[in-house]
Amino acid sequence: MKIFPFLVVLLTGGLLIYGTGEMPKWGDPHSPASLHVSPRYIERTVEETATPDMVTSVLADYRGYDTLGETTVIFTAGLSCLLLLRKDRE
Amino acid sequence: MIVPYENVIIKTICRLLLPFLQIYAIYVLMHGHYSPGGGFQGGVMMGASFILLVIAYGLDDAQRRISVKALTIYACLGLFIYSGIGALALLMGGNYLDYGTLPLPLSSIPKIRAMGILGIEIGVFLGVMAIMIFIFLAIASYETGGKDD
Repeated sequence: MKIFPFLVVLLTGGLLIYGTGEMPKWGDPHSPASLHVSPRYIERTVEETATPDMVTSVLADYRGYDTLGETTVIFTAGLSCLLLLRKDRE
Repeated sequence: MIVPYENVIIKTICRLLLPFLQIYAIYVLMHGHYSPGGGFQGGVMMGASFILLVIAYGLDDAQRRISVKALTIYACLGLFIYSGIGALALLMGGNYLDYGTLPLPLSSIPKIRAMGILGIEIGVFLGVMAIMIFIFLAIASYETGGKDD
């Protein structure tokens, strides 16, 4: 019966590899992501956020929701570690 | 159980290194606007400095200096600062996490946005620092709990 999961994995992997053929080339200047979002960040980061480091302004300002989610993930990981592993000391 | 390393070289180097590590962590946090760095990186460095303390001085000695209750407060405070700045922007009439509307006495909106970024980075810093020490202490003290039973 092990042959069926193997076939499913093979099929899914094959489909994924087939799908990557349609993706834009790595660093292609004409891909959709490079045409709209990136130029806006590169050109207007300093005048909109007064932050010379583009990475910081994208991480904390333009993509603030993402970073809030990341912080929540770390917070949840710490809380579950505390709940599962820690024993109260007598 | 992590016992103290009975070696004067390791203890002295650790004691000399700690303040510089922590100042560098705060520098990485505060300089995130101008160079690589920010809340996550600075917080991990700050957490690593306390983990170094635990490794060099042993778990018992370090747990007298680091209280888990304070760490819990720091972790919650970090997330609270982050979401609180977002909610404050909402209260002042902007979108959630839209720092431009924060009530700060600065001359222009971009400068207010930069301060908003710094505020949430401080929140991330506190949260990441507390959680790093948290996870390390939880895993390190779990072993002793099992041995005592």
